[in-house]
Amino acid sequence: MNKIVSNKALKRRYRKEKIFKGAAIFALLLAASFLVFFFSNMIGKGVSAFSQAEILVDVHYSESSMKSYRKAVDKPYRKIVSRGWLRTLPMYMEDNPEVMGTTRQEWVLATADVDQYLKGYPNRLKDKHKQYIDKLQEEGKLKLAFNTGFFTRGDSKMAELAGIKSAVIGSILVLLVTLAVALPIGVMTAIYLEEFAPDNRLTQLVEVNINNLAAIPSILFGLLGLAIFINFFGVPRSSALVGGLTLALMTLPVIIITTRAALRAVPNSIREAAYGLGASRWQAVFHHVLPLAFPGILTGTIIGLAQAMGETAPLLVIGMMAYIPDSPTGFTDAATVLPAQIFTWAGESIRAYEERTAAAILVLVTILLSMNAFAIWLRKRFETRW
Amino acid sequence: MNTSDAAFYFFITVLPIAAVIGFLVKSKVQNAFNDTHWRSLPIHYAFYVGLVIALPGAIAFFFASALHLLTIYTADGIHVLVLATLLSMWGGFHSLKNVRPAFCARESVERIIRYFLISAAFISILTTIGIVLAIIFEAIHFFKIVSLWEFLTGTHWAPDDATEGNTSGMFGSIPIFAGTFMITIIAMSVAVPVGILSAVYMSEYASEHVRNIAKPALEILAGIPTVVYGFFAAITVSPLVVNFAESAGLHADYTNALTPGLVMGIMIIPFISSLSDDVIRSVPRSLRDASLALGTTNSETIIKIVLPTALPGIIAACLLGVSRALGETMIVVMAAGLRPNLTWNPLEGMTTVTVRIVDALTGDQAFDSPETLSAFGLGLVLLVITLILNFISIYVTRRFRSQYE
Repeated sequence: MNKIVSNKALKRRYRKEKIFKGAAIFALLLAASFLVFFFSNMIGKGVSAFSQAEILVDVHYSESSMKSYRKAVDKPYRKIVSRGWLRTLPMYMEDNPEVMGTTRQEWVLATADVDQYLKGYPNRLKDKHKQYIDKLQEEGKLKLAFNTGFFTRGDSKMAELAGIKSAVIGSILVLLVTLAVALPIGVMTAIYLEEFAPDNRLTQLVEVNINNLAAIPSILFGLLGLAIFINFFGVPRSSALVGGLTLALMTLPVIIITTRAALRAVPNSIREAAYGLGASRWQAVFHHVLPLAFPGILTGTIIGLAQAMGETAPLLVIGMMAYIPDSPTGFTDAATVLPAQIFTWAGESIRAYEERTAAAILVLVTILLSMNAFAIWLRKRFETRW
Repeated sequence: MNTSDAAFYFFITVLPIAAVIGFLVKSKVQNAFNDTHWRSLPIHYAFYVGLVIALPGAIAFFFASALHLLTIYTADGIHVLVLATLLSMWGGFHSLKNVRPAFCARESVERIIRYFLISAAFISILTTIGIVLAIIFEAIHFFKIVSLWEFLTGTHWAPDDATEGNTSGMFGSIPIFAGTFMITIIAMSVAVPVGILSAVYMSEYASEHVRNIAKPALEILAGIPTVVYGFFAAITVSPLVVNFAESAGLHADYTNALTPGLVMGIMIIPFISSLSDDVIRSVPRSLRDASLALGTTNSETIIKIVLPTALPGIIAACLLGVSRALGETMIVVMAAGLRPNLTWNPLEGMTTVTVRIVDALTGDQAFDSPETLSAFGLGLVLLVITLILNFISIYVTRRFRSQYE
């Protein structure tokens, strides 16, 4: 009797064990399936933006098209050739006088609606235009070509002309400022705290402080940037400088924490060997400990920069979601960054921006993941087991 | 000439001069190095001279610009330039006099570097103080217009209707905080079970091989920028939620609170799973072996022994997740509504603190309008909540740490 009862109990316990293990596997699979769903969703949405509709038309480079750029192409094409592209013609003719008076057959950019129609997305084309486009496609005068403009143009109010170049340059400028400010200060702070600071109240205060700084929501750094850098110090609003400074303060705790970990990983025997040879504390640190900790510091810096590169919220507050068609040329020019560009495009109501948003996301995520992968590779490659 | 121009001219002339003098000093010491007993290496003398030439001028410029920025006193650039040059020349004479065998240049250089490092460490403190002061100052302006009590207890938030003179009843923050907590609760009810169970699987059941794949894969989730999650929530998840609700016979807004909550929950999974994984793995092997030796199953050991031991760390991880969720901005800006709404129904549109902060600061109001200032009032509350959560999690980990070791 007793034996049967205990068997039943045992079975129940084994069932519980199975359920628990199943739940744990399920949780992990849930997270993994989300990852798969997310990436397939983004790729499905964004990959079409890497190709762009182009039409083969006769372009008339003449006085009359100089005056009215719409006359550069024959009438039936005027509705389907990108107006944004036509608008650039007079300037092109001024720069290249030798083309004047000629008519050339060229592949030119189609409007966003034609592009969306070719890709089978909803669009605002009229039926008569659709028929015309079908005819052109049969004649081979309409094609989807690789969208180089997406990488070589800045933002535009016309979807077919919108590209990520100015945002990418803005991101690079912002990251340069962030790196220039956060890396030296972060590494110096970490060296001081880890190697030289006496263990007193003040040091503990700094440590608690750094932990707090890492926990503060990023948007509050935006408030700091707005109140202190812009209103108090008068740094130009929306500039790469103010964006970089704000992100630097956010990246600082990441760099400090990883640098300290890297310094701590260097065994004391190295320091003592240096002391034994008559080195001062400084010489031990700068000649021996720091070079050994360098890969770790670099890894932390790259991870911190990747974080800063994906950050949007504080930059919205300091005005970096401005419409920037031309690439910024300096640190004080108004600039936008890739995540902010994604945010503004996501807010556009025109359908053609949606695939561009997803494409920009693919670019951003690719950059960030490769930065992180590089950091991990670096750590694996130079990791020393003491 | 303003101070920054003066500083520019000063540095492009003095830094090269300092470098050249330093180099000359080095070669001079090197030539005499074997004849007498020098207290330091030639390079130390070089650095000493260079630093003592460059630093006094730099400090003069630092103070001049600090005074200017604090609007206490604006010095003429020429005067600062002259002062800085005189100080540097004095530094030059003083330091060159010290280039002699009996002088220990290394100690001086190291002392100067030490001050550099200390001042770097203080920048992190200055940043925190800066954030707190900046937010408090502007929040004080705000609470001069709107009473703190009304702000904390009012149930009506309509900053657009507020004018300079009439602000009563327009700035009640309860619906905003209700939305924030609602979305945070939804996010945590996704992230906590999934995060902890994944951590349990990775640390207790999975083979080393699976773990090596699963952990970085989860960390990819943490590497995705929040603006991307926001776009994903608004474009993909929100229609799914609306369709799902409709098939169940419910009405859902496109800006419902459920969507950002779910997506935010997914975003927070890696924070919780990664930290929990670390604490679960740090539970000593002997505890598990003792339990298993008594005949328990794996799950009984985990639930009764491992998780209670790791609990302080797991709680700290969850608190970190909560503070992430409270301060998360982009997902809610893109997927949650702007409408302050006091409701228990997660399918209705709600707004959050961070959405209102962004909305107040990206409008075209003047900086001292009540709406703009309200962002700082909200920011202050957010800051206080985050800091309290952080202190609790530090306390929990400190208090209960290494109980079993």
